[in-house]
Formats: sequence, C-alpha cells, structure tokens
Amino acid sequence: MPLITYRTALNQAFAEELSRDESVFLMGEEVAQYNGAYKVTEGLWERFGSKRIIDTPISEAAFLGLGVGAAMMGLRPVIELMFWSFAYVGFDQIINNAGCIRYMSGGLINIPMVIRGPANGGTSVGATHSHTPENLLASTPGLKVVAPATPYDAKGLMIASIRDQDTVCFMENTLLYGNIGKVPEGSYSIPLGVADIKREGTDVSFIAHGRAVLTALEAAEMLQAEYGISAEVVDLRSIRPLDEEAIFTSITKTHRVVLIDENKPFCGVSAQIASMIAEQAFDELDAPILRVTALDAPAIYSMPLEKLQLPTAERIIQKTLTLF
Amino acid sequence: MPEITMPKLSDTMIEGTLLRWCKKTGESVLIGDLLAEVETDKATMEMEAFEEGVLTEIFVEEGAKVLVGAPIALILGKNEKKETVPSSSPMKQAATTAHKAPLGEPSKIALETSHQAVPRNAQEPPVRILASPLARKLAVERGLRLETIATQGTGPSGRILAADVINAPLIPKGSLDQDGASRRAPILPTVMSDNPHTEVGLTNMRQIIAQRLLTSKTEIPHFYLSIEIDAAPLVAFRKEFNATGNKITFNDIILLAVARAAIEKPKINAAFGTTSIFEYESVNLCVAIALEDGLVTPVIRNAQNKSLQEISAAVKDLAIRAREKKLKPEEFAGGTITVSNLGAYGIDQFFAIINPPQAVILAVGAIVKKPVVNAHDQIVVGERLAITLSGDHRVVDGALAADYLSALKKWLESPRRLLVL
Amino acid sequence: MTRIMTPTTTDLDQAAYAPINQAWSEEEKIHALREMLRIRRFEQQALKFYNQGKMGGFLHLYIGQESVAVGAASLMNGHDEIITAYRDHGHALAVGMSMEECMAELFGKATGCSKGKGGSMHFFAPDKHYWGGHGIVAGQVPLGLGLAFALKYRAIPGCALCFLGDGAINQGVFAESLNLAALWELPIVFLIENNGYSMGTSLERSSSIATCLAERAAGFKMDWDVVNGSHLYALRAKLHEVMAKARSTSRPSLLEITTYRYYGHSIADANHKKYRTPEEIEAYKKNYDPISSWQEQLMQEGILSQALLESLDEAAKLEAAGSVDFAEASPWPEPSTLFRDVYAEVDQGSEAGRLGRHFFSDLNAA
Repeated sequence: MPLITYRTALNQAFAEELSRDESVFLMGEEVAQYNGAYKVTEGLWERFGSKRIIDTPISEAAFLGLGVGAAMMGLRPVIELMFWSFAYVGFDQIINNAGCIRYMSGGLINIPMVIRGPANGGTSVGATHSHTPENLLASTPGLKVVAPATPYDAKGLMIASIRDQDTVCFMENTLLYGNIGKVPEGSYSIPLGVADIKREGTDVSFIAHGRAVLTALEAAEMLQAEYGISAEVVDLRSIRPLDEEAIFTSITKTHRVVLIDENKPFCGVSAQIASMIAEQAFDELDAPILRVTALDAPAIYSMPLEKLQLPTAERIIQKTLTLF
Repeated sequence: MPEITMPKLSDTMIEGTLLRWCKKTGESVLIGDLLAEVETDKATMEMEAFEEGVLTEIFVEEGAKVLVGAPIALILGKNEKKETVPSSSPMKQAATTAHKAPLGEPSKIALETSHQAVPRNAQEPPVRILASPLARKLAVERGLRLETIATQGTGPSGRILAADVINAPLIPKGSLDQDGASRRAPILPTVMSDNPHTEVGLTNMRQIIAQRLLTSKTEIPHFYLSIEIDAAPLVAFRKEFNATGNKITFNDIILLAVARAAIEKPKINAAFGTTSIFEYESVNLCVAIALEDGLVTPVIRNAQNKSLQEISAAVKDLAIRAREKKLKPEEFAGGTITVSNLGAYGIDQFFAIINPPQAVILAVGAIVKKPVVNAHDQIVVGERLAITLSGDHRVVDGALAADYLSALKKWLESPRRLLVL
Repeated sequence: MTRIMTPTTTDLDQAAYAPINQAWSEEEKIHALREMLRIRRFEQQALKFYNQGKMGGFLHLYIGQESVAVGAASLMNGHDEIITAYRDHGHALAVGMSMEECMAELFGKATGCSKGKGGSMHFFAPDKHYWGGHGIVAGQVPLGLGLAFALKYRAIPGCALCFLGDGAINQGVFAESLNLAALWELPIVFLIENNGYSMGTSLERSSSIATCLAERAAGFKMDWDVVNGSHLYALRAKLHEVMAKARSTSRPSLLEITTYRYYGHSIADANHKKYRTPEEIEAYKKNYDPISSWQEQLMQEGILSQALLESLDEAAKLEAAGSVDFAEASPWPEPSTLFRDVYAEVDQGSEAGRLGRHFFSDLNAA
C-alpha cells in the first residue's frame, strides 16, 4: 500500500470526486494557479481546468455564500478557507445560511457543500490565524464537522464529506499535511460518525481529535514504558455526528478518561463530551473526568510558549498520573 | 475510651432498656463488676464493666430505652480526663434527652427525641463518604454499605475506589465490635529468646482473608456432607477428550458438573440475605486459585452455559492473570458457588470454609485407587473421588444438600453428558 | 417631500411601446393586476391577524411595493431563479405559492410552506425557482451569486434575480458580491428595492450618495440603471433588458427600483410615521399606488371594466380570508418534528444519517 502524505491523500480524494461527479468544483484563494497555499490542491487546476478549480478574490463572505447558493441548486462546492481563522468574516453565511436554510425551508432544500481548511495553532502565525472553531461549528445543528488525524482518514473522510447531502466543515491541520501514512489507491470512503481506536489499552481512555490524537499516542507510549499504564486512544474523527458508542465502550473498559483537544477550554469539544460521559457513563467512572486543552489565552506568537500552550504529551501524562 | 455504650447483648438486639444501675456516680469500678441491668428484646441481662476506674458520669436514667451503641456512662481511669464529647452523634442526643422522658412510652419518645435531636445549626456537618461512581455501583451490587469501609479508600482524599470495594470483606468489620467478639484481647504469639522468629507483615490480601474467614467460621452455621464418586468414567472421559488435542483438567470437568447440577437443583445456587434468601438464575463459579500470598476466588460467570473448553480456557486465563495480579474488580464480583480443589496436593478429603454470602462451598479431593465392593459383592480395584459440601444451614438443609450432591454424582459418573450444551 | 422619480407621460408611453410590453397579452396584463390584488389582500389579512396575536416574530409587509415582485415574476422564463430578503410575501405569491401555505406558515402551523419552521421571513419554493425569504440583511446576496454561478456552470439559459433593500447595499458582502459578479461574469441581476428607508434611517442618513444607489456599480465596472418600480410597463421594459443581457451574455447588472412601503419596516415599527411624514405616505398612496395606476392603465386600454375589477378584488379578498380559515384550522407541528429537516441524510434515513449521534438534547438522542 502506498505511503503518502496527508496533503496528497486529500489531493487524491479531490481528484477521485472531481472525476466521478461533474457537479463537484473546488473554490478558494490560491487553489488553482498557485496550486494551493499549502499545496493541497496541487496539480488539480492543470488537470481539471478553470471551470472546476476556481481562484477567488479575498471575499470569504461572498464565496462562502456563493457555495451555499450553488449547493442549493444541486452543485457540490468544495470551498477552501486558507485558514479556518478566516471563516469569521463569512460566519453569517456558514451559520445562518449553510446551517439553517434546510430547516427554515421545512426540508425543501439541502446544501451538500464542503467547507475545508486548516484549523490549528502551533506554527507561530499568531492569535488571529490559529483558531480551531470546530466547537463553534459543532454547536450548530445543520452543520457537520470532521477532523481527520491521519492520511488514511483524511482521504476517506473527504470522499464521504463531498458525497454527503449536508454541509460538512472539514478541519485540516498545517502540521499534519506533511505526515505520511499508508493510503489505499483509488476511491474509498470512511463514514461520518464513526470513531477509530488508534491504540488499544486497558487502564485509561484518551479521547481526542485531529493532531491531539498524535500527541495522545505519544503520551500513551511514554505511560506504558515508564509507568506501565496502558492507555487506549480513541480518535473521534467525526465530531458531529459523534460516535458516542465508541467513547462509552472504551470507558466501560478502562473506567478512567482524559479528553484531549486543541480548543480553548470554555465550551471546547471536550467539554461537551465530558458532559455526555458524566450523564451516561457515570457508574463506570472510577475517577473524575479530566481534560487537557489549549491554555486559555489567545495563541501566543513566541515559539516555545506556543508549544506549551497546546496540549503536550507531558501535560497529558501528568494529568493521567493523578488518576492512579 | 472512657465512654461506655449500650452493648449488643443478643444478635437481634437493636435497643435495650436500662432497668437498674448497679453502681452510683463516684463509685470505683473494677473489670468484671456488674454495672447495670439491661432489658433486651429477649431477656433481662447483666451488663458487666470492661473498664476500670471511677464511674464519673451517668448519661441515661433508669427506665430509659437506649439504642445499641449509644453512650450511657463515663468511666475515667486514673490518668484519664473527661474529653469534650462531640455533640454530632444523633444517637448520643437520643440518649441524653431520653432520660428526661417519663416511663411508659419509651420507644415513641426515643424516636421523637432522636428526631428533635438534629437541630440544623447546632451540629457539625456529617462527614461525607467519598466514593467513585463505579465504587458505589459495585458496593450496591455486593450489598456492601460504604460506611463500613469508609476508612479504606485508597483514592485521593480517601476516596473509595472500585478496587477498595472489591477487596472489602462482605461482612463489615464494625459488626464484630457490636458482638463484643473482638473485645476479647487476641492471644498473641510469644517472643521467645531461644526461638528466633521472622515477622512477616500481613499483606492486604492476607488481612482480608483473615477477616472474611473469621466472620464466616464464627457467624455461619456450617454443616458438612461428603460423597464418594466413582471416578473411573471421569478418568476415561478425560483421556478420550484430551486425545483430540484438548488439554482439560479434572477440575475443569468438575466445575462444569457443579454448574450443571446447580441448575438442576437451583435452591443450592443461593445466598443468605439476612431477611431473605437470594436464589440466583445463573451459576457464577468462584474458582479457588492459590497464590503465594493467599487464596483468590475469581468468578466464571454463567458457567452452566459454557462448554468444557470454554471453562478450561477461562480457568487457565484466570490463573495466569491472578498470578500477574491483573484481575479486574468485576472479575471478583457476583460469585454464587465456590469450588476448592486440593486433589493435586494429594488430599483425600477436606472441609472448606464457606465464602460468604454464598450458601455452599465444594471441597474436591484427589482421585485415589482403593479397594471397592462392586455390584457382585466382590472386592476390586476402583478409582474414587471424595467431594465434601459445606453448607450454610440458614439457607440449605441436609436433604437439599444431599439431593444436590446426588445430582452432582450423576453428572460426574456420566461425564459425556456435559458435552451436550 | 417625495423622492420618487415621477414618470413622465412620455416615459410611460415609451415603456408601453417596448417590445416586451407589446408582447404582453391581455390575459397576462389582467393576471398581473390579479396578482397585485392578491398580494395586497393577503398582506392586509396578515396584518389583521398579526394584530390579533396569531403570529409570532416579525411581519414585514409588502403593501405599496406589489408591482416590483409581480413585474419581475412576469418576466421569468422558466430557467430564471429568484431570491429576496425578508419582505418576501409578495415574491412568494407572485411566483405561484398558494395563500394557504403562506398564511399557515405565518400562523406557525404544520401545513405552512416551511412546516411552521421558518416563519414570515423564510418562504421557499425551489420547484418555482424561488429560493427565499432571508432574515439577515444582505445575507442572501451571495446566495444569489451561487444561483447565477450554477446556471452558468450548467449552461442553463437563465439568470438569477437577486433582490435586496436600500439598507442592504451598505453591508460589506454586497460590495464583495458586486465585485465577484462582475469579475466572473455571472448572469445575475441585483435588484435594489429602494423604498427610501432602511428601517428608520433614510437614504440621506445611510448612503454617502443618497440620490443614486445603483451608481456604485460603476466602481465594479458593472452596468447599472434606475427605474420607477411603481409602474409595470416601466419596470418591465428596463428589467427585461438587463435580464436578457444576463441570460445571453452572462453579464450582471444592478438595477435600482424606486418603490414605497405604506407600513413600517415591520409591524413592530412604531415610528414609521415619525421618520416619514404622514403627508409623504398619503401622497404616495394617492398618486403612485401601483395597483391604482395599473387599474387606470388597463381601463384606459379598454381591457378592464369596473365589474371585472370588483370581481377580481372580491376573489382576492375571499381567497385571503379563506387562507386564514385554512391556517386557523390547521394543526400545530408535532414536537417530534423539531429534529426533522435539519440533516438531509437523517431525514432520508440513509446509512450516513444513521451513523453517529446527530442531536444532543433530550426528546431525541438520534
């Protein structure tokens, strides 16, 4: 099986869907002639041309709304935000239009659109470029949110997202684009709403999404080697819809849980899941539910401090040790 | 402790009436002196002093009804001072206010005063027991009150965790105090100058085993029934079964037979619940596994529905993980019958101690060759296996136990039937 | 003081002789009158019952502006798409939605066009090429871009009619949309229904160039024009031109349509006779009411008799009253329908809709 990068995996997903369905088109800043700010769409414009791969001016509100309008008419737009941090200038189109039109029309309309882009900090790009709005998006019924951590998951989830009849917000990560992994050739899809156990364990469950999954795996290795603690790592992959069965199954096995995400603590994805665990898996808990999140300040520029600000394996280990 | 409390003078006593004080305040008291006469639900009993000193204070008037465990007097030894007694215990309040009530309606007054005796602001807040949700769930399942293991929480701030509940004795420590049984000073081993000794610390496991077995032996009315099984069919069956690549032991076969026989005679698959008997639908077998520092009895659930191979695999797995200390709390919970097998050690027959709250335990001996009388009244060489059942006579009587052993014998003497699920 | 551009007789004659209007049949002209009457009577019933507490939220009445929606709808060719803001009842009825489903929606009933889930600002009818009904000022503008984009992508010979108000032109996304439409040559006609007031704020207090709102299109190299919306001939003549241009050359236009609303921004607007003078309102009603002017026009042309007018009006009134009865008698939506029409995959019962938890509240843990 080929070993390819996360960005190539996405690129393959786009190519598969663009070939398969002529109603699919890609749109965003620098996606065509520049080959993508992060080279995710490299080569696609050459192959599919200007009708299908479209460069936009810097007008997020307009092209996000255009995507909604085109999707209403049955096209399948894949709209890129160079950074999810740029979503906020077009948030009205995402939340009020993509999120609500189906409902307000009583189900007469659906909006099969994908909005994608990197949502992450850790690259010293400063507070306004480092947002991870998956929690804000996931709190909007009508929207779907996915966050793959590996190349394999990225390709499969992108294909599923493009085919989904509803709007999917696809959270990528500039620090994951270069990671390699085994990815099958050709087309395959990973359904939304299904988590993946990235590492089996017996003593504590780590629930994470996106790059935090890799940090959790790092921490799990160290915990096993130094402390003999066996951690199970549950990669959510899909935030809304959410695979709550996988979460509860893991906790029923281990009776302890640490939730890890890059969101800021207040109302982050892990806060929602912690509440669900307390309500539905209460009797399985042998210890309080713990979270490791980003430290609660705007993303700092200075490199070593930004590293501290994001979830680290050290913080995960420290928190985990308090459970034993 | 200088405080004298109402003793539990019978196993069913909840409260007693202090009929008559035999000493006055200010009088000196020696151990063994008669302190008071107490009327229990059954009879009038004499209450003797176990402390030496001066009867400094009497809290309860003659005629008062007092709950077991409530303070009734204060005897101060030579060097003791009167402590400031915390007023937090409602039972104490009941005792102090009870003596002001007139005779004749003691029970009602005791209840009323104990209710009044909890003024909201005057008291210190009751101490909360910290326990994890899982620990609470397991405690409910095991019929264990968390208060009885409140001091044994190993979690942060003394929080009771699941493991603490699993390791706790099923009959609470506190009840021994109420019996007065532990009040008798233990007879300790002597330090001999000419016979050096090493002191081996009691492991957690040993401590718990000590508590549980003491409770079992002193509180459960044991009776014993033995039966001798013709083991020849068993030996032949095992040889044949293992010829096809299996590796089952005699004990595996016995375990399954115990379970299947228990399904036929369900009243044996029971537990004593003080005011009722719990008859269980599934046979969860406790398999006794000997470890270096003691005996553990992990559970094979729904044994009656398992195949021989499944039982065998389960036992092997439990034994390995027991030795590696990797058994989980839930694997100790819910056992309904225990089987202990000392056959491998060459023991012919033994009488095991019941694993409370189960109704029976089965003790399996070795298969021995011995001269036996056959159907034609001839003496021939036979193979025999002795199984002894210890039963809790509160739950199971002789006839029932005998009936069960008879069923078990039938299974073991036709082991091929075990293959039919 | 009226800011309305007074159409001269010559203008009107010219407009009347425009081929598009010459081609308009008698039946079609009567039909236009009927449609305007229907809208007005519907809006009046809506007002009446809103005041009786039968409706929640906002009610933005189209009374006084009827000619704009009816004129635009009369020019749609079956491939055109239409979208507007929250003053949408007129457009809804003009494209062919029924009074019953619209009134029931206002009443919040299950038989409403959005099953009671949208309300006044969110009437939709995709089968009639009508895409709403939108509450956020200028929020619908880029949606209009998307409609035009899809038409061009699919090489469909239609154009997108994107309505907005005079207040919306100052929202940032409008400028973005003008730029994109011109840059990419999208077949869209932006239609500013300029009724002179953005809620309580007049043009003079909203826009730096208050006397001409469409002029800013020049800044994007887009064609623009201004037209009197109160007269169907004038409106149709201009609008047809720009629609034909969009359809055939894919070039966008911005059309400013002067019109007027009799009532406030919404019914809750208590100041609409303070930020405007009662005299102004009366002057419009008397001189420029679109229904009156069209009646006059048709009578002049000899197509309309008093009797026919009355019967048309009666029919409209009856229909409107009937829609209220329908709405009253209709059931409320079932609580279980709260979670339907959120996700298409869930509603369709597809595998995607069944995997993972989609809703996170009580009443439905699906």
